Amino acid sequence: MSALLTVEGLRKSYGEKVVLDDVSLSVDQHDVICLIGSSGSGKSTLLRCLNLLEDIDDGIITFDGQEISDPRVDARALRSRIGMVFQAYNLFPHLTVLENCTLAPRKVHGVRRPEAEERARELLARFGLADQAAKHPDQLSGGQQQRAALVRALCTNPTLLLLDEITAALDPELVGEVLEIVRAEASAGMTMVLATHEMAFARDVATSVCFLHEGRILEQGPPSQIFTDPREERTRQFLARVL
Amino acid sequence: MSDWSPSQHELDRQRVRTRLQRRSALIATAMTLLVFVVLGLIVTSSPGWPNVKAYFFSWPDAKESFPDIWDAIWLNIKMFLIAEFFILIFAMLIAMARVSRSPWLMPLRVVAVIYTDVVRGIPTILLVYLFAFGMPALELQGLPDSPFFWATAALIVSYSAYVAEVFRSGIESVHPSQWASAQALGLTRGQTLRHVIIPQAVRRVVPPLLNDFVSLQKDTALAAVAGVFEAVATARDYTLYNFNFTPYIVVACFFIVMTVPLARLCDWLTARMRRRELAGAR
Repeated sequence: MSALLTVEGLRKSYGEKVVLDDVSLSVDQHDVICLIGSSGSGKSTLLRCLNLLEDIDDGIITFDGQEISDPRVDARALRSRIGMVFQAYNLFPHLTVLENCTLAPRKVHGVRRPEAEERARELLARFGLADQAAKHPDQLSGGQQQRAALVRALCTNPTLLLLDEITAALDPELVGEVLEIVRAEASAGMTMVLATHEMAFARDVATSVCFLHEGRILEQGPPSQIFTDPREERTRQFLARVL
Repeated sequence: MSDWSPSQHELDRQRVRTRLQRRSALIATAMTLLVFVVLGLIVTSSPGWPNVKAYFFSWPDAKESFPDIWDAIWLNIKMFLIAEFFILIFAMLIAMARVSRSPWLMPLRVVAVIYTDVVRGIPTILLVYLFAFGMPALELQGLPDSPFFWATAALIVSYSAYVAEVFRSGIESVHPSQWASAQALGLTRGQTLRHVIIPQAVRRVVPPLLNDFVSLQKDTALAAVAGVFEAVATARDYTLYNFNFTPYIVVACFFIVMTVPLARLCDWLTARMRRRELAGAR
């Protein structure tokens, strides 16, 4: 089986500052790839490049066998197949939770309102948000908002889910409820690439862990190897600080 | 960093990007030209065009009326600048009064609400009439009775009400957490307003503020009804003597030329603020 997503020699810079340097990565169906590394190591930028939110400076990204780093690619068509969740939730404050979750299915995927609402309610219920559907995001707790954001991303049945430090802005006690959803999605076979600071979680769900340092993937391997016997001294230092 | 050189693939991609950009630019230019050419053809092929051309676009009349209008437009500019200065101050004070919470300031809040409600309800042209002819009739001591003074005052009174509401909407659009965090630092409500809320509010309302000022620039023409011999009055004077409306077009051009730099300045300011505050934030 060929990989769902491949990245080859990816480079991204902002002016003089090189944020990603020669990054290569391969994601198979049902993989859960965890990106770890200190702030500024390029985790978020990498995720943003995968979703074409950034123009890259070199390299090739393919998705489902097609090169998506080609400027002629329809970015919207690609994004409609990829779900993304951000650190700051980014729910639309003027819409209810249910409307947040049905916007893209209705406007992008052409699903009719009753069906879109049915699916959204079903997902919201599964993630314990059934009572919050009619509320506006600002009435929810941080954990609830982030769960709602996850539901919003899942409502479109994405082929790939990108999660950008989705628990970084949450209270420790709320982190669990969000990660529970991610864990459930992972075991259901969702393909994911996620940047995270939750090492225990990464160890638990990842099929592969990438350690990023100064814009490079310094080391990649199964969590059992990365967390217990890292090859690189840098990785060792980083883990010593966060574990 | 220096050992990196773009791969062949990247060079190809850059070429494609350049080509796509060129295509966009080409489409933009072609569409713009097309629209303007079609509009021009529609106007010039209309049956009454020769008449309109003679009465509204007569070059000799434009040239003849130009010097007088040029002299008179300075009166509009003067009126605008004076009015704008006071409007900004009054409007901000009214807006601050309306968002104040102190029980002592209740009467001020009531006055501010009534003021904006009443003044915004009155057509500006009526305010100009009432001020220019009514106020001097009061024979108040120490106040001038020139139409210029009272027409400007009418504009200030009218526009302060609009601009106050613009400021207030800006103040209310700042997230409540900003109030909370400023007060948590021990700032008073007044200090919070002055140092935290208003600076953010003003940035947000620059575009609608500009809207009101462009409008104000044009409404200086209303002074004509009070007998101020500004640009529009000068043009009207010419048309009455020469039966040619070209000076109105000339005045219109003057007003356009006056407002465009203001619009570009505001665009530039907002773009600069965005760049500064959103640098790196995505």
